[in-house]
Amino acid sequence: MKEGILFTGVPSPAELAASPGFPDPVFREKGRIAVIECVQEIPCNPCEGACKWGAIQIGDHITNLPALIPEKCTGCGICIANCPGLAITVIDNNFSETESSIDFPFEYLPLPKVGDVVEAVNRMGESVCRGRILAVKRSKAFVGTTVVSMAVPKEYQDIVRSMKRLPIPEKEGE
Amino acid sequence: MKQMEVEVVVIGAGPAGLSAACQARMAGAQVLVIDENNQPGGQLFKQIHKFFGSREHQAGVRGYEIGQKLLEKTIACGASVMLDSLVYGIQPDLTLGVIKKGENIALKAQKIIVATGAKENYLPFPGSTLPGVMGAGAAQTMINVNRVLPGKRAVMMGSGNVGLIVSYQLMQAGAEVAAIVEGAPCIGGYGVHAGKIRRAGVPFYLGYTVKRALGEQSVEGVEIIQVNERFQPIPGTEKLLKADTICLAVGLNPMNELLWQAGCHFDFIPAFGGHVPLHDSNMETTICGVYAAGDATGVEEASSAMEEGNLAGVAAAEALGYLSYEEAACKKAEIQHRLDTLRDGPFGQKRRAFKEQQLADMKAFDQGSFMGRMQA
Repeated sequence: MKEGILFTGVPSPAELAASPGFPDPVFREKGRIAVIECVQEIPCNPCEGACKWGAIQIGDHITNLPALIPEKCTGCGICIANCPGLAITVIDNNFSETESSIDFPFEYLPLPKVGDVVEAVNRMGESVCRGRILAVKRSKAFVGTTVVSMAVPKEYQDIVRSMKRLPIPEKEGE
Repeated sequence: MKQMEVEVVVIGAGPAGLSAACQARMAGAQVLVIDENNQPGGQLFKQIHKFFGSREHQAGVRGYEIGQKLLEKTIACGASVMLDSLVYGIQPDLTLGVIKKGENIALKAQKIIVATGAKENYLPFPGSTLPGVMGAGAAQTMINVNRVLPGKRAVMMGSGNVGLIVSYQLMQAGAEVAAIVEGAPCIGGYGVHAGKIRRAGVPFYLGYTVKRALGEQSVEGVEIIQVNERFQPIPGTEKLLKADTICLAVGLNPMNELLWQAGCHFDFIPAFGGHVPLHDSNMETTICGVYAAGDATGVEEASSAMEEGNLAGVAAAEALGYLSYEEAACKKAEIQHRLDTLRDGPFGQKRRAFKEQQLADMKAFDQGSFMGRMQA
């Protein structure tokens, strides 16, 4: 089985390591930071404009990959909902002694509620652990994308990227 | 028969047509947009996802919102929009036959901009006529425009952006997607779209094609089979997938029957969906006064369709004397620059090369040295 975004829909570790938007482990120690998993040169640059701190740079050539300037990233998370590719998360590996938090885009209904325990999934959609919902953020600036904040055990912070869709409640009379 | 005269007639109220109408009208031309549907906007109103592109292309904005804005701009600038109206013919002297709710209208135009879009390819296989087999675009229209779920569990054929986006939207609408099946050895669309699908747990079967649909009255499943590098099925590799819906996202081809009818000369560029009209950098075809824009000139995507529409609108207004050579040249250079940025990167460079070939063939045609391209 060939690896990589073209063959699996999942960026390979090598593709991520080579991407200028994927922060080096050193910078992950500082707490909340954007993790951009955008590894193909597609014409797209809303993330650059969304970041008012100038922490994401693409430049004049809109097919350039977004580069994260880790020193400038505050972890505010406005980029998460502004990425049309839903390829950005914000990870805090200092959330607590035992947990990391991950803020990720979520565009399915129903939405989870704060305090819910959900199935956290990896980039392949496989359940890997439980996640505890910390926040469910909706805002006009998010153009319809909800940002969900979830706590997971620290060891899963680089594996978990989303949560399993929640079942649609059956309507009465159906 | 009712007779009408208009300076600029735009056929098709999608992204290309509306953009063309706005440009021509804002320059001062009298503009009539005609569409066979009961609402304008073309495919934009079923695009519930956020667009790519640059911020000046409204990247990050959802397609239907781009459509809404474009429509408001069209109405505000004073272009007329005639709906439920079918253009059934164009003659080389720029007269059009239109049927509007049973009424026949003969329309005389000074300039015609054809922005008729594209249609989905079909894929024949045993069982492909069963209810439940449909184009991915049809499924998208059902869920996002008509709010009807076509089925509970779909198999998507094709991993281009249409296949990926519609799969995601089917899940957003509450359906399951059993798998995405792709004949090529790799995913055709953007990796980030594929990433969304994978995170939702949908498997990809690359190097597979559909062998047959199962079911008596409607689709109950699909049998897929692996193919070799020459796309020939490999016996013994069959797999059964349970599904009530099979969506076909196996490419689009330009809808340019009206351009054929008008007598335009054509190119053959498979990457653009097959036969595409020769046109110059003003989007003018080989028939003087007939312009083409958007997918009708070669299948790309909505942002480039809008820019081609802008070019055609500016050029038509210039030809009518509403813009000076300098004014038009300035506008065209800006539009062309934006088009070039869209036709860049590993996904865009090929399209740019084919577009340049299409323009070069037009030049060759003008010089009498274009012999036409034949299907290999």
